[in-house]
Amino acid sequence: MEPVLEFINVCFSYHSPDGETPALSGISLSVLPGEFIAVVGPSGCGKTTLLSLISGLLRPESGQIRLFGKPCGSSGTNIGYMLQKDHLFEWRTVYDNVLLGPQIRHSLNQETETQVSAMLDTYGLSAFKDSPPSALSGGMRQRAALIRTLALEPDLLLLDEPFSALDYQTRLEVGDDIGGILRKEGKTAVLVTHDLAEAITLADRVIILSHRPARIKKILSLHFGEEFDTPLKRRSAPCFSEYFDKIWKELKSNG
Amino acid sequence: MDNSLSVAQARYLKARSRHKRRILAGQILLFFLFVGIWELTARTGLLNDFIFSSPSRMVSCFLSMTKDFSIFGHIGITLAETIGSFLLVMACGILIAMILWLFPSLAELLDPYLVMLNSLPKSAMAPVLIVWLGNNVKTIVVAAVSVAVFGSIMTLHTGFKEVDSDKVKLIYTLGGRKRDVLLKVLVPSSVPLIINNMKVNIGLCLVGVIIGEFLAADKGLGYLIIYGSQVFKMDIVMMSIVILCILSMGFYRLISALEKHVRKR
Repeated sequence: MEPVLEFINVCFSYHSPDGETPALSGISLSVLPGEFIAVVGPSGCGKTTLLSLISGLLRPESGQIRLFGKPCGSSGTNIGYMLQKDHLFEWRTVYDNVLLGPQIRHSLNQETETQVSAMLDTYGLSAFKDSPPSALSGGMRQRAALIRTLALEPDLLLLDEPFSALDYQTRLEVGDDIGGILRKEGKTAVLVTHDLAEAITLADRVIILSHRPARIKKILSLHFGEEFDTPLKRRSAPCFSEYFDKIWKELKSNG
Repeated sequence: MDNSLSVAQARYLKARSRHKRRILAGQILLFFLFVGIWELTARTGLLNDFIFSSPSRMVSCFLSMTKDFSIFGHIGITLAETIGSFLLVMACGILIAMILWLFPSLAELLDPYLVMLNSLPKSAMAPVLIVWLGNNVKTIVVAAVSVAVFGSIMTLHTGFKEVDSDKVKLIYTLGGRKRDVLLKVLVPSSVPLIINNMKVNIGLCLVGVIIGEFLAADKGLGYLIIYGSQVFKMDIVMMSIVILCILSMGFYRLISALEKHVRKR
């Protein structure tokens, strides 16, 4: 199977008058279609940089990023990016917010509209279609933001700590929700998080990064039984704490 | 929503409207008190009404000037000049602030010059404008625009720069370009800023127009003030000032109404 995403020895640094800050060094990895990858690491290690590189907002200093076998930027891959905060625009209704992507790309048609309406329906937002975003709860806002991202039918989804702004209870619910939605839609996704439990409950593989400049310390494949098929159920699986300990130790170890 | 109000809610609403009525009544009372005392002191000779004028003298002056319609000409020309220069200031301000936002290097380049032009006292420029543009409406409008436009550009540009960078990033992640950022984030998120700036600018434009009319006009309220003081007809001067007060309040109300309309949408 051809990987959706490949990093080949990628390095990146930030430059400012005060000096150079290396963010990533020698990152190599690949993501297969339908896979859910979680990236964890100490804060400020360059996790968000990783996503910015994939989405083409930044260009690698050396090395190569390939999407569907083609160099990033010329591949035309449809990438969905979900930011930490929902950034729903208060001057647009919920419906107009989720249609922002198609509007920008001038790809708005009957089909996308029915599709988006169906998604709003499925995820319990259709009653708030014409409301301003301020009428939504934190969890609903995040769901609206996800629908906005999915409205462009991305081949690859990037999630930058999408639940970190939510309170704990909502976070569990929304994590469960969004994990479910993504599995159902069969999306390939890369999730950046500092919450180890979140990474374990959502991902197929966890990539553990070191302190800055980030290197890949370890890639851990997760295997849960059939009966632990949702993020919430995974939390109660016996191997959950085992994985947690493994990742924790890996993060703590130096070098 | 539920139509039947709880007792506490009804009491709260009643207290609220009573409070509002009281404030309004107080404001009206204050006005009549001021006018009344002025009139009374002028009549009794406590104030010299040749110098200080009086409400009744202003009214009769106004009435006599309405008979030949001359006062409407003066008000009209000042109104037109103010509105014209205000529209020019807003258009130039928004446009130039956007250009500066689109090209940060240009903004860096022009920054010291904008600061200098903004703090330059515009009345110092007035004689130059008269020589360049002549003793006419052009000079007045340019003077008014120059009073407000540089501050407007700087305020709007600063506001534009403070637009949440993550919202800008969002547009890029959705495949947008700078144009999309401009139209979908910058403009709509800056509406409150622009309206606030309007409130400042309408006042400054009125100031600019009056300065202009002092120097280069044969019509308008600014001209009336200068003319009245030169021939020592303080009734004309005071009346013109009162009309200016009413005009500026009217402008402010108009923009407030616009603000309300935009908020509701």
